[in-house]
Amino acid sequence: MSTLETGVSGRRIAWERRRRALSQSWSEYRHSTPGMIGLVALVLIVAMALAAPLLAAESELRAVNAIDNPTWATPGEFPPLGTDNLGRSVWAQFVWGARISLLVGLAATLIAIVIGSTVGIVSGFFGRWFGAVLMRITEWFLVIPFLPLAIVLAAVLGPSVWNIILVIGVTSWPSTARVIRAQVLSVKERLYVERSRSLGASNRHLMSQHVFPNVSPLILANLTLTVPVAILSETTLSFLGLGDPTRASWGKMLDEAFSAGALSRNAWWYYLPPGLGIMVVVLAFVLIGQALEEILDPRLKEGRS
Amino acid sequence: MSARFVTLKVLGALTTLAFVVVFNFFLFRVVESDPVANLFRGRNLTVQQKEQLRQQFGLDGSKLEQFGRYVGQTVQLNFGRSYTSNEPVMSEIASRAWPTIALVGISTLLSAVFGILIGIVAAWKRGSPTDYASTGFTMATYSMPDFWLGMLLLVTMAVSLDLFPVGGISDPSASGGSISHVLDQAHHMFLPALTLTVAYLGEYAIVMRSALLDTMREDYLTLARAKGLRDVVVRNRHAVPNAILPVVTLIAINFGFVLSGAIAVETIYSWPGLGLLTYDALRGPDLPLLQGLFIVFSAAVIFFNLVADLLYAYLDPRVRTA
Repeated sequence: MSTLETGVSGRRIAWERRRRALSQSWSEYRHSTPGMIGLVALVLIVAMALAAPLLAAESELRAVNAIDNPTWATPGEFPPLGTDNLGRSVWAQFVWGARISLLVGLAATLIAIVIGSTVGIVSGFFGRWFGAVLMRITEWFLVIPFLPLAIVLAAVLGPSVWNIILVIGVTSWPSTARVIRAQVLSVKERLYVERSRSLGASNRHLMSQHVFPNVSPLILANLTLTVPVAILSETTLSFLGLGDPTRASWGKMLDEAFSAGALSRNAWWYYLPPGLGIMVVVLAFVLIGQALEEILDPRLKEGRS
Repeated sequence: MSARFVTLKVLGALTTLAFVVVFNFFLFRVVESDPVANLFRGRNLTVQQKEQLRQQFGLDGSKLEQFGRYVGQTVQLNFGRSYTSNEPVMSEIASRAWPTIALVGISTLLSAVFGILIGIVAAWKRGSPTDYASTGFTMATYSMPDFWLGMLLLVTMAVSLDLFPVGGISDPSASGGSISHVLDQAHHMFLPALTLTVAYLGEYAIVMRSALLDTMREDYLTLARAKGLRDVVVRNRHAVPNAILPVVTLIAINFGFVLSGAIAVETIYSWPGLGLLTYDALRGPDLPLLQGLFIVFSAAVIFFNLVADLLYAYLDPRVRTA
């Protein structure tokens, strides 16, 4: 009876400690100016993407509904952002494109982080040949040039939003796996893990109760660093014509602006907004990621002074 | 460097290459139950035509037969014929390789040199306006899509200011000797090379800066200063040579990214290299050509990683025993 009680309260103590650590990290985060700038920028863009139906009607994306609009209208003639070669509102494409770009970036990152963390934890925890084989596969994925691999995958699977997410997800996990594995290797040698093991804890218990909580901050930091890569990849793949042909995304806007000759007629209202949107989102995630890294990695804090 | 170390590294690289070849096979044949139906979706093909296409792509017979045939052909660098031009894929790739080698080579070199220089200055004058300016610049270039940077440079430098040609590799109407021909090509290469250089120098600057900052805490630098050496000598003879090692490997690792970046940037400037060839192959889609390009790109990156490993071991004796 008493052992059961201590077991339960021990878990409660652990959760209490984690909650406190989290609120302390947050108060540290609030003091990081770049981190807060990144967070505010990200919240604004996400709000814009979520509010897309309020900002522009989805029907404006279809050329059929834009027959009466002037083509290549400047923002002055057709507020707020002018029109493209088919008379479609650039503003509508920008607002709705944010949804796809963010969706692809976040969903692909989720896939990459799940694969990367699993491979990292498992290969770090089970050393020996199993871990070695997993690491060999990881290194192989690290060496293969990402874009050619993503291109052949996307070409074989066919263009759709979900295929793009899948392609970016299964090609961007190796760096996460490597970082997590290194951390797991150091965590599993610690005394309390040793103690737990000698008390008869199963591998599953060790992994879920000791190893995972210890690497989860690192997973979070890696998440914020993978999203920008995923969003930039979506842009490039869409630019190369591998994106979903039926949905606007920032990469597809750049592709269409380029193919329609927006550069030679200097239709800046067409090619600037999507590029700037990508820049802002990527910068926001980089700033957030760096702020998190500084909080989570004590070595960086020392050197900051 | 021991012969054993070199042999191990070379064998490792060959294994990776073998992985690529096997993966390529599975990617196109097993993942897709019927690549022909998938690649030509939306087009009406007769049963006969489909059968012919399967034969042409080596998709007939059992999987094992296909695999044996595929490996045999790949070892001979035979990737079949391009679907669009009907030329052998390998000769198609070979004829387009030089523009990419020149572009990627020059951009890699320039971005490494300028990135390292910026990183050194930023670290040595840490916290100065120069440091903040270079950090801001590298962050900005990192966050733009490389081809968008290319579009901006194209609009400003070629369309508005008319300083450079908007695309291509040479001016067909140009006359004159070989020197003016080379100058003409350099003129055409300037903007794509500038785009790739600016897009990738940020990473070198960041890595060089942090490596130098780590080195600056070392005791031997304090000693060098205590000996009364000038600041420039401490930096160039004592600090930089030790900090530059991680950047050497980064050059090779980045090579894959620059190659990838070249795919989109070559498209923007219609630079007739492997990148533009990839873009055109995608529009087909030209399956055999894409396969060949994938293997060639991967082989190039694997090769440069091997070179980096060996170079690193040569430069840093500590690695050799590991």
